[in-house]
Amino acid sequence: MIYEQSRSGRQATAQTNFEMPALPDIPQELLREQPAGLPEVSEMQAVRHYTRLSQKNFSIDTHFYPLGSCTMKYNPRACNSLASLPGFLSRHPLAPDTHSQGFMACMHELQEILKHVTGMHAVSLSPAAGAQGEFAGVAMIRAYHDARGDDARTEILVPDAAHGTNPASAVMCGYKAREIPTGQDGDIDLEALKEVLGPQTAGIMLTNPSTVGVFERRIKEIAGLVHDAGGLLYYDGANLNAILGKVRPGDMGFDVIHMNLHKTFSTPHGGGGPGAGPVGVSQRLEPYLPVPMVDFDGSDYVWLTEKERSDTIGRLSAFAGNAGVLLRAYVYARLLGREGMHRVAEFSSLNANYLLKRLMEAGFDAAYPERRASHEFILTLKKQAKELGVNTMDFAKRMLDYGVHAPTTYFPLLVPECLLVEPTETEAKEDLDDFVEIMKTIKQEAETQPELVKQAPHTMPVRRLDDVRAARELDLAWKGQE
Amino acid sequence: MSNTPTDLRYAKSHEWVRDEGDGTVTVGITEHAQELLGDLVFVDLPEVGAQLEAGGDCAVVESVKAASDVYSPVTGEVTEVNEALDGAPETINEDAFGDGWIFKVKLDDAGELDNLLDADAYNALVAEEDH
Amino acid sequence: MPFIPHTEEDIQEMLTAIGVDSIDALFDEIPDELRCGELDEIPAGMPEMEVSRLMQGRARQDGQPLCFLGAGAYDHHIPAAVWQLTTRGEFYTAYTPYQAEASQGTLQLLYEYQSMMTALTGMDVSNASLYDGASALAEAVLMAVRGNRKSKSGRILVPRTLHPLYRRVTHSIVRNQGIELVEIDYDSESGQVDLSSLEQHAGEDFAALVIPQPNFFGVLENTDRLTDWAHANGMLAIAVVNPLAMSILKPAGEWGESGADICCGEGQPMGAPLASGGPYFGFLCCREKLVRQMPGRIIGKTVDLDGKPGYALTLQAREQHIRRSKATSNICTNQGLMVTAATIHMAIMGGEGLQRVAAACHANTKKLAQTLCDLPQVESPFTGPVFHEQVLRLPLAAKDALRALAAHNVLGGFDLSDDYPELENAILVCATELRSDEEIEQYRSKLERVIAAQVQTPCQLKPDW
Ligand SMILES: Cc1ncc(COP(=O)(O)O)c(C=O)c1O
Repeated sequence: MIYEQSRSGRQATAQTNFEMPALPDIPQELLREQPAGLPEVSEMQAVRHYTRLSQKNFSIDTHFYPLGSCTMKYNPRACNSLASLPGFLSRHPLAPDTHSQGFMACMHELQEILKHVTGMHAVSLSPAAGAQGEFAGVAMIRAYHDARGDDARTEILVPDAAHGTNPASAVMCGYKAREIPTGQDGDIDLEALKEVLGPQTAGIMLTNPSTVGVFERRIKEIAGLVHDAGGLLYYDGANLNAILGKVRPGDMGFDVIHMNLHKTFSTPHGGGGPGAGPVGVSQRLEPYLPVPMVDFDGSDYVWLTEKERSDTIGRLSAFAGNAGVLLRAYVYARLLGREGMHRVAEFSSLNANYLLKRLMEAGFDAAYPERRASHEFILTLKKQAKELGVNTMDFAKRMLDYGVHAPTTYFPLLVPECLLVEPTETEAKEDLDDFVEIMKTIKQEAETQPELVKQAPHTMPVRRLDDVRAARELDLAWKGQE
Repeated sequence: MSNTPTDLRYAKSHEWVRDEGDGTVTVGITEHAQELLGDLVFVDLPEVGAQLEAGGDCAVVESVKAASDVYSPVTGEVTEVNEALDGAPETINEDAFGDGWIFKVKLDDAGELDNLLDADAYNALVAEEDH
Repeated sequence: MPFIPHTEEDIQEMLTAIGVDSIDALFDEIPDELRCGELDEIPAGMPEMEVSRLMQGRARQDGQPLCFLGAGAYDHHIPAAVWQLTTRGEFYTAYTPYQAEASQGTLQLLYEYQSMMTALTGMDVSNASLYDGASALAEAVLMAVRGNRKSKSGRILVPRTLHPLYRRVTHSIVRNQGIELVEIDYDSESGQVDLSSLEQHAGEDFAALVIPQPNFFGVLENTDRLTDWAHANGMLAIAVVNPLAMSILKPAGEWGESGADICCGEGQPMGAPLASGGPYFGFLCCREKLVRQMPGRIIGKTVDLDGKPGYALTLQAREQHIRRSKATSNICTNQGLMVTAATIHMAIMGGEGLQRVAAACHANTKKLAQTLCDLPQVESPFTGPVFHEQVLRLPLAAKDALRALAAHNVLGGFDLSDDYPELENAILVCATELRSDEEIEQYRSKLERVIAAQVQTPCQLKPDW
C-alpha cells in the first residue's frame, strides 16, 4: 500500500517547489482545514511502488490472454505514440474549428471507414464504450418509435445468452427486457421468437456471431420477422472481429449497431478501460444519432451539434467521447487498410478453429461440436466437474500458474461449466500449440492430483481470495494503520 | 430435501410461509434456495408498512455471484422485518426456516394460503427441477 | 501482413488440422448472399512510417494555441512519471481484473484510488470510475432516485450554475426513465444559486438537489447552506466538484450539518491531458448507506486462503453481468487507465502539492481577471468568490472577440452567450498554474488590440467576417 510508505511532511519536491499562495478572498468557511489525506511520498517511492504493482498484472504484452468476448489482441505501439503527439494531447475539447482541422479530419475519416466496414448509413463516434453505444442505440430505437407516435412498444428482446449490458441498457432506456431462448444448435429459437414478437416489440438486440461463438445462420429470417412486427434490430458489435471485412451488419438487416473499438480496433483495455463504442445506423435512424459528429462541408470539417441536429437523442459525455481512443483506432485502421481488415476475420477464425480442433482431439468437449467456430468457441468442462470434481474455475486458476490468462468463465451462463476461448489473430501457431499442451497437462493433473488444481493458483502474488469476506466485511478504502 | 418442515407452506419461487394463526404470516426462503445461492452477503429487506402483492418482488437476497428476488407469496402489509439479517445475512444459510426468516405480513385474505404448496408438493417440485 | 504472425507453412498445417482446404471455408456457415465485397471505399493499408508522417502533419496542423479556456477541461502540468508508468504494458494492455490473482496490480491500485478519492471528497466510498464527469452526474441522479426512498416524484433540482453540457448530458441519459430535471436560476449579482428561487420549491417532492462547487461561472457556492436546505426538504444532496478544488475547499462530505450524500465530477484535472475531451474519467463517491445503489466496479480488500491481504472486485451483484436488467447501471468497461494515471498523479502530488497547484491556479486567474479588467469596458459581472475561472464582460460580442483572439493563437475563453444570453458579451476565462505572467500579458495586449480594432464607437458595429 502506498499509504504505508507515507511519512508526514514528505513531498515530491520537484513537482511543487513553488510557494503556497495565500487565498485571502475565499471565505474561511468554504476552505478545508487540513490537506486531503493523500499519501506523502517521494517521487521515486511512487515510481517504484507503481512499477512493482504493474508487475503483479497479466497483460497482453506479457501473457497469452484468450479472454472470450474481449478480443485481447496485440495493441500496436504506434497507435499509442501517434495519438500522443503533442498537438493531439494539448488540444482543448472546446478549441475552435480553426485549431481543430487535423483532429477533425482523423475523426471524419474514421467515421467513414467504420461506416463502410459495417455497411451502415452513418456513424457517430461519441459513445465511450460498448454499453454506452447500446444505450445510444436503444435510445435511438425509442426516438424512432416515439417520432411515429408508436408508443405502445414497451419491450426489447434479448437472447438468454446475451451480455448483461444488453438487458441493462434496454432498461436504462425505459424498456422492459424480455429474454428469448437459444436453441440446441446455438442459434436463436425461431419458434420462441415468433411467439413473443408483437405490437409491444420495440426491437431485438443480437450479437452475431453470438456470445456462444457461432454465426446466427438465419439472421435474414430473424430480421424479416422483427421488421414485420414493427420492431428494429440492434447489433452488439462485441464480436465484430470475427467477420470484419467478410459480412457487414448493415447487409444482415440491422438498423443500429455499436462497435467496441477497444476490441476489434485494438485500442488497449487499460485494466478496465477506456473504450470507445461508436454507433452506426441505417437511414431511418440517422436523425437520432448522438452528437457531436464531424461533417465535411467541402472545404472544412465542422462539428454537428444539437443546433444542426435537432432530433438527436442528445449528448452522452460532456465533450466528444473518448477522443484519444478514437485516434488510436484511426491509426490502427490506416495501418491495416482494407486488406488488413479482411485478414482480421480470416486469421482470428483460423486460430479459433485450429485451437478448438486441437483441444477436441485432446479430449475436451465443445459446447457446439457440430458448428464452425467463429473467432471464439466454448468448451464445457461438465464432464470434468462431474467425474473429477474439478470445475471450470479450477482449470482457469491453474492456467495462471502456467503463465496463461484464463479464458472467460461462466459466460454465457446457459452453457454449464463453460470456458469461452478467444485466441485472436495476433497469436502465432506455437502459442496456440503451447496452450493445448497446458490444457492437456491440467487435465492430467485433474485426473491424478485434483487437489493441486482445486487449490490453484500456487504461483501468483496471492492465492484464491475470500470473496465472501470482501462483500460481507466491506473494506473499500484505507482507514489508516490497523 | 432432508429438511422440508411439514408445518409450512411453500411458493414455487422457493419462499416458505408460516401461518402464525393471528392473521399474520412469516416468510423466508427455503433451505434448497439458500443452497443454490451459496454464501449470502446481503439481504435487501422490504420496508415495514409496505403493501405487498402476492407474486410481486419485495426483497433481494444476494450472494457473491448471484442476486435473487424474493417474491411475496401473499398479499398484505409488512408488519415486521428481520433486522438481524442486516449485519448477519449468513443466518439464512445457517437456519433458513428459523432465525433466517425475512419478513412478516398481515394477510389481506387468509384464503390465499390455500394456493400455496405443502411440503410434499414442494419436494416434488424441487426433485423435478433437479432433472 | 500487419500484426499477423502466420507463415505460409503455419497456415497449411492449421488448415490440414482443421480439415478444410482454405481459410475461406471457415466462413461456410455464413449465407453466401450476405458476404461483402472488397470494401474499396476503405483506404489501403500503410506502413507505420507513412502513417506516422500523416499523423504528425495532422497534429501540427492544429497548432498549440495559448490556452485560457477551461469550462470543464483544464490545462495542468502532469509529472512525467505519471504517463511513463501508466503506459507500461502491464497496466496499458490488461483487461478488467476478472482473474483477481493475476490482476493484483490493477486491483490494488484501484483500491488506493478509492482511498484517495474518499480522502479528497470526504465521502465514505468511491467506485472505480465512470466515463466522464457529465455521465457520472447522470448516474448520480439515477442513484439518488433509487436511493431516496421517500421521494416518489423522479424529479431533481438542477441549478443553472451547473455546467450546461452536464445538464444536457444528464437530460439525455435520464429522460427515458421519466426523470425530470427542474432548473433553478442564479443570482445575477453574486453568480451563485438564487436562494429565493430555491425557496419556492421548499416542501415539494424532489429526490435530490445538485450542488456544483465551483459552479460553471467559477464561483463558489454556499455549499453548507444548500446541503442543509436539501436535507431539510427531504432531498439528497449531490455534489458536483472539481477534484483539484477539493484539495483546498471544504470537502463535500463535510458540507452542512451532515455532508453531501453523493459526490461526483470530472477527474481530468488529476493527470489526464486535455486531448480533445477524452479519455477522462468520471468519479463517483457516496455515503456508505448508498453503496448498493452505486453503479460500476468497486474493489474491496480481503484475504486469501493463507490470510494474506489481497484485493478483489466486490458487490458485483449490483452489476449488469449478474443483475442484468435490474443492475444499478449498464456500465461495464470504465476508464481504468485514466484512473491509473490519476492515482499515480495524486500519489506524487500529495495533498499539499495539490493545494499548491490549486492555489497557484486561483492566484493566476485572479491576476488574469484583474489585468483584463484594466482594459476599457472589460468588467467582472459577479461578486461571488471564485476558484480558478471567472466571468468577464467584454465591450464586443464574445464570439467576435474569441475568434479574433484565436486568429492570434490565443484561446481566450468560453463564449457564454449561447447558454446565458442574458449575460451579454460574457466569456469565462481560466489561467491554470501553467500560465506565466508573460502569457497573461500576451492575452492582455491582444485583447486590447481586438477591442481597439472592433469597438471604435459606442454604437457597436458588427464587423463583417
Ligand atoms: C457481448 C458483449 N456485449 C457488450 C459488451 C459491453 O461492452 P463495454 O464493456 O465496452 O461496455 C461486452 C463487453 O465485455 C460484450 O462482450
